[in-house]
Amino acid sequence: MNIHEYQAKQLFRQFAIPVPDGQYAESAEQAGQAAQALGGDSWVVKAQVHAGGRGKAGGVKLVRSVAEVREASQQLLGSRLVTLQTDSAGLPVNGLLVETTYPIKRELYLSLVLDRASERLIFIASAAGGMDIESVAHSNPEQIITVATHPAAGLQAYQCRRVAYALGLQGSQLPALSGIMHGLYQLFLAKDASQIEINPLIETDSGALLALDAKINFDDNAVALHPDILALQDPAQEDARENEAQQFGLNYITLDGNIGCMVNGAGLAMATMDLVKLKGGLPANFLDVGGGTTVAKVCEAFKLILADGTVKAVLVNIFGGIVKCDVIAQGILEAIQQIHVTVPVVVRLEGTNVEEGRALLSNTGLNLYAADDLAHAAEQVVALAAQ
Amino acid sequence: MSILINKDTKVICQGFTGKQGTFHSQQALDYGTQLVGGVTPERGGENHLGLPVFNTVQDAVDRTGATASVIYVPPFYAADAILEAIDAGITLIVCITEGIPTLQMMRVKAAMASTGALLIGPNCPGIITPGECKIGIMPAKIHLPGSIGIVSRSGTLTYESVHQTTAQGLGQSTCVGIGGDPIHGMNFVDVLSRFEADEQTKGIVMVGEIGGGEEEDAADYIKAHVSKPVVAYIAGQTAPAGKRMGHAGAIVTGGKGTAAGKIAALKAAGIEVVSSPTDIGVAMMGCF
Repeated sequence: MNIHEYQAKQLFRQFAIPVPDGQYAESAEQAGQAAQALGGDSWVVKAQVHAGGRGKAGGVKLVRSVAEVREASQQLLGSRLVTLQTDSAGLPVNGLLVETTYPIKRELYLSLVLDRASERLIFIASAAGGMDIESVAHSNPEQIITVATHPAAGLQAYQCRRVAYALGLQGSQLPALSGIMHGLYQLFLAKDASQIEINPLIETDSGALLALDAKINFDDNAVALHPDILALQDPAQEDARENEAQQFGLNYITLDGNIGCMVNGAGLAMATMDLVKLKGGLPANFLDVGGGTTVAKVCEAFKLILADGTVKAVLVNIFGGIVKCDVIAQGILEAIQQIHVTVPVVVRLEGTNVEEGRALLSNTGLNLYAADDLAHAAEQVVALAAQ
Repeated sequence: MSILINKDTKVICQGFTGKQGTFHSQQALDYGTQLVGGVTPERGGENHLGLPVFNTVQDAVDRTGATASVIYVPPFYAADAILEAIDAGITLIVCITEGIPTLQMMRVKAAMASTGALLIGPNCPGIITPGECKIGIMPAKIHLPGSIGIVSRSGTLTYESVHQTTAQGLGQSTCVGIGGDPIHGMNFVDVLSRFEADEQTKGIVMVGEIGGGEEEDAADYIKAHVSKPVVAYIAGQTAPAGKRMGHAGAIVTGGKGTAAGKIAALKAAGIEVVSSPTDIGVAMMGCF
């Protein structure tokens, strides 16, 4: 789960990680008032969307008067921001963060991530902040330092010193960085994060350290344990259909193609998409209907797949494990009739009672094809979509 | 022979009296698995499916001599269940539960590091030695005792592989679903090394997917240590970056964990990688 920068910075404050003075605003009026309340003679107005690359996309504006704050806010609010990390439709800007500016001496990078290979929380730091860290890792790996924490021992003082020296910090900056690292570590554990990134972490002219940006991702498996985090969810930043799918226990992701896929199991769903592509088609979605393929679930799945009208044919691929194929076939039939599916549907069933299942799907008078194996099913659906 | 489990393996079930535990325990009993009891706190002393229920795993181990446990408890209680099984001396723990918080699994793995216990899963279909012992949620009927070892991160793709090797008449020695979570128990290499050492296993099917680097590690291992033919398939070639494809572990981030990278690593190690999931069985047959 993702949250906005202004929300991440509120969490940073709770864990004593220093952030710029700032206020959240949802109108040009509020933004102007925020600038006045913050004082000073220059501010940044930052579009709040769930994507990086905002600066290059024009989503971060440096302004030098309250009038300019209002003007910039007017431009951003209600627009859609398209960045390198969004699709071509972009994300809606419904909120802004107005912040005081600081004289920047250096831009550093600091993040805490769960490294699946070592099964440890690791800090990643670099003196080359402000840039895309993956390209730094690629071009100048020696500029990146990593420190792995042990789950039982936790973050140690020497580890903070190591990062501090590697970043070229000294004197009172050492305890300052240590405070930031401990704050990140405690926040990560307390809220079941999966990644926290500060890019850039700035060193000001006076030597102070500040998290100029803040990005936090949370572990989807754990958010139910944290009502305060769940309350930060912003459905406007997410795909409406992906949200709707979640409510029905379906796992759905929108893709660009025109062949709808409905599959049980995440691995088989990916494999089915790959197979459609291999046979010359383009999948319109990833959809895992999970176990227990009920009529209600299949109905919802069809509705999701057919919602935007781009889908020309649907491939249903169910490997019946415990649930028998004739029961699944019955469910698919009922769903197709209930919601009046008109595009061709190719169904591949495998598992217990497969013959009975196929028989049920044959000669129905509907635009329905019972395939005898998966390879043929994929070929058939690609051909039907091309018609 | 087979790997990890056989007809003599004594198994208990944690979360025995729940809906999932009850259903799959009955299926396991029907298959002939030596399920010898189960654990549900506060239900100790009862009888369920004709077997004793215990309050703690320790009681169950003391009274039944079980060495394996299968876990069906809900996600926020599953880490505790795994640690309880380890503490009671269970040597093979199969955790079916999906949705365990990743940090909890990180702590479980750190805690179990020095114990010697083996964990399969979580978020997996389990393990089966056809004709002998079934621990998990896989459909029994598609399996055939035979010579192919199957290891997979995905449940339904394990079933595909089983179905296809059964259709070819090859059958399976043991099938292990290692699970779709980013932090999990046994990995590809742990299972591959056992298949290599197992006499019954003549060939190996390995099914990977996007995310992480375990397929690349497996490629290196196979090149150096595995003499038996291996057929591999990697799911997620069309998956967009940054999107979690169902499994918590199936995500491409920062250009890492792509299907293309995994396929290249496997091919570079001389392993046959099929591009279609429907070719697994035929390709395996072609190795003999």
